[in-house]
Amino acid sequence: MNTLLEVSDLRTQFHTPEGNVFAVNGISFNINEGETLAVVGESGCGKSVTMMSILGLIPIPPGEIVSGAAVYRGRDLLKMSEHELQRVRGKEIAMVFQDPMTSLNPVLTVQRQITESLRTHMGMDAPIASRRALELLDLVGIPDAARRLNEYPHQFSGGMRQRVMIAMALACQPSLLIADEPTTALDVTIQAQIIELAMRMRDQLGMAMIWITHDLGVVAGLAERVIVMYAGFIVEEAGVDDLYDDPRHPYTLALLGALPRADRRRHQRLKSIPGAPPSLLVQPRGCPFAPRCELAADKCWAESPSLRPVGAGHRLACWFDVKEMAS
Amino acid sequence: MDSATSVARLVPDELEAPPLSLRELVWRRFRRHKMAIFGLVMLVALLAYAFVPSFFISEDYANHTDTSLRLHAPSADHPFGTDTVGRDILARTIYGGQISIIIGLTAAILEVLAGVLIGAMAGYYGGLLDSLLMRFTEAMLNIPQIFLLIVMAKFFASGIPNIEFLGREYSGSVVVIVLIIGLTSWPYLARIVRAEFLSLKEREFVLAARATGTPTRQIIFGHILPNCIAPIVVTATLGVANAITLEAYISFLGMGVRAPTATWGNMLENANNYIESAAWLWFFPGLLIVLTVLSINFLGDGLRDALDPRSRTL
Amino acid sequence: MQAIPLIFILSIVLFVLMQNIGDPLATLGGRTVTRAEDRKRLARQLGLDQPVLVQYVYWLAGNDWTKIDMNGDGIPETPGTRKGVLRGDFGTSLTERRPALDVIGDRLPNTLLLMLMAEFVIVAGSLLLGIYSALRQYSFFDNLVTGISFVGYSLPIFFVALVSVYIFSVNFQRWGLPHLPPNGMFDPNVGETVGQVLVHLILPVFSIAFISFAAYSRYIRSTMLEVLSQDYIRTARSKGLTRRNILFVHALKNASLPIVTIVGLDLPLLLGGAVVTERIFAWPGMGRLFLDGVSRGDTPVVMGILMIIAVAVVFFQIVTDLVYAWLDPRIRYG
Repeated sequence: MNTLLEVSDLRTQFHTPEGNVFAVNGISFNINEGETLAVVGESGCGKSVTMMSILGLIPIPPGEIVSGAAVYRGRDLLKMSEHELQRVRGKEIAMVFQDPMTSLNPVLTVQRQITESLRTHMGMDAPIASRRALELLDLVGIPDAARRLNEYPHQFSGGMRQRVMIAMALACQPSLLIADEPTTALDVTIQAQIIELAMRMRDQLGMAMIWITHDLGVVAGLAERVIVMYAGFIVEEAGVDDLYDDPRHPYTLALLGALPRADRRRHQRLKSIPGAPPSLLVQPRGCPFAPRCELAADKCWAESPSLRPVGAGHRLACWFDVKEMAS
Repeated sequence: MDSATSVARLVPDELEAPPLSLRELVWRRFRRHKMAIFGLVMLVALLAYAFVPSFFISEDYANHTDTSLRLHAPSADHPFGTDTVGRDILARTIYGGQISIIIGLTAAILEVLAGVLIGAMAGYYGGLLDSLLMRFTEAMLNIPQIFLLIVMAKFFASGIPNIEFLGREYSGSVVVIVLIIGLTSWPYLARIVRAEFLSLKEREFVLAARATGTPTRQIIFGHILPNCIAPIVVTATLGVANAITLEAYISFLGMGVRAPTATWGNMLENANNYIESAAWLWFFPGLLIVLTVLSINFLGDGLRDALDPRSRTL
Repeated sequence: MQAIPLIFILSIVLFVLMQNIGDPLATLGGRTVTRAEDRKRLARQLGLDQPVLVQYVYWLAGNDWTKIDMNGDGIPETPGTRKGVLRGDFGTSLTERRPALDVIGDRLPNTLLLMLMAEFVIVAGSLLLGIYSALRQYSFFDNLVTGISFVGYSLPIFFVALVSVYIFSVNFQRWGLPHLPPNGMFDPNVGETVGQVLVHLILPVFSIAFISFAAYSRYIRSTMLEVLSQDYIRTARSKGLTRRNILFVHALKNASLPIVTIVGLDLPLLLGGAVVTERIFAWPGMGRLFLDGVSRGDTPVVMGILMIIAVAVVFFQIVTDLVYAWLDPRIRYG
């Protein structure tokens, strides 16, 4: 398997009037061709900012990519000019966002928004692009696609809009699709449909996928590998089965414990994680999870643990190893 | 290595960011707005300019005509020069400033009273009352204010006699100007207040108040109104600037405040004829008007940001 | 649309106000009228001896459907000749003794010229400036423009006018620079040529436009900034579209909506500004006519102007609504 994208030590900050926001604090991960990687974590843990940093989509006056590299097919995206990045975005790496209502331009037709990428990146002329747009709408399962092409986003339902977003993203057959919480704003039943659609597309096109979510339940059937993020750090990384069977980080454990499960006894209280995520305005010192961790010791407060391998394809950022402690 | 007996140390949320009261929040936001502070300072300075020197310079001096001194350029004796009948312009800008500022304030008060009342009635009661009031408001808004002012100014021209107040005599036209400016400015505020009432009256706290039998007047003035203070305050502040400007326009056109009372506006009345030969005639009162309006606008902008940071228009 | 009936109610109020203003009977054809019988005869001829309400009705609906008393014997016998405003007859100017509509029509085009030029300058200029400022947010240019705009829109028109006359007309002349004329529409020695009118337009248009221009630049800037921070712009960027495409297609189309609203509704303000400007620059327009008419109590002319303005404003509101609905697909295909 070839490495498609290699991110090393990415650090992103935002300079705000209230102070410096340390959004991403040294993220490193890889994704291979055709692989599906899930990125899991609470709201505000830096999942979106990481992806947006990679594509150069964060607003640069308040934002700043302090350090790091994101090497895609041998070229570092973070060092590219805006012009060069424009040729990568949409064509090689595409994104799907969380809220399809606000992410689609309300005054342009769906056809226009899909054919744009085709004409910009593939040089198609209008009639061919329109035909391709029609095919794409069919592909993502929009009924009566020919008529719908000339409609506007507000005339579609939420699930349909997300399908349109996916069609838009897939138009130029990118090698990597980054989906940032695409189902969070949708009903549960629609969620399942969209996930199923994404998987189908992935298989058909053989593309790699990064799926960002805060919902561990979604991850199970979808991803091959999982990264767990907390407060701008990666705390654990593992194959999906490994993560569910053999979680090593206290945060992962807590997340899994907080999952409502069908096989649990009823009337058992859902375990939530006490406390709240740390303020990102403070320069991180020590392990970010320490304030909420039952295992926290002095060392955890003093020094931040780095990711170390604890098994095949399994990395952990913790001074303890839950598995070792259990034995 | 330490055992796993340490208890998780939780940092209470409150320690990180203590909650601020509404007043503190507003003041904090206001303070950040340097221009607003600057406007406030300038405004205080202008108020001082208009009111403090009247302890040293009498009004008679301001109104003292001496045609041998007419149209003197600024000099040591008369720092702002003299006007067409030999009056000292500096003194006149001081006393004129008092009247202009008072006109601005009282017209704005009138505008607020009328606008809030009408807007609240229309917004709260809705239905036929709302339709009628709003049609009338829209109709008034359709005609440019200046035209209305001109007609009304002429109509009331000699209507009100001179007034004696605190030992000084004021031309009745001052009251006229205040009245007509107030009477033609309220529609703008009424529309805003009505919109606020329309949306606020559907909120649950109103429902709760009605469910507990709160009398309507109390609901309107005690519950809903305090929630839309922000746009009212901002509009009222800008209304003062607007009133001062309008008084200047009307006086410039010859229909404003009459002698013997001086205002910044009526000092500009003959400016046209002396643009070239005696620029000091219109420059100083004009500049004072500009500075006053500017500082009020800065202040209003800062207030708008402080009271409702979501409303970002101009 | 519903404002029209109430404009007429306003017109009643204004008509009544106009009754107490001035004394149109004082002069006739330039000669003062002194004899009482002459005044009475004049009053009868002009219909000013009727009660106010009757006068209003005649003004509105004419009097050719009734008889009026022309020879003073108390018995109406002569059929009236007026058709009333509702049928386009604005009556006869009391001071000029010509149809009021003609009097207004003489001046209307001049004011229109002034305002259309001003509007054009305002819209074009502030679009350019506003968009450019939004793109260069926080730059020195942006801050400079914001500062000047803020001061600019706080200035009263006459101050701008007076200062610009002082600088560009008086002082330029003193300094030997080509100067701009401060008065009238054209130089009587040269005649009313296009060139003359254009040159004479510069200062008045500048005075009217400056303030609105300052205000709009800021507004367009903030509208653009708001649009540019929307999610769909982020999506467009993630698709790798060019900056120009994003700006002119995605952003501008959305920003144009609030801009259209503001431009359309700005008309009353421009008209108001015209009154003062016409006075300063001796521009022969409707504003001056209005002032003179009020001073002299020429009710038909004054009411005519007011009605025209009111109708124009309402008309523009309707046009603005239509344009807005046409531009925003959420309304068209709601």
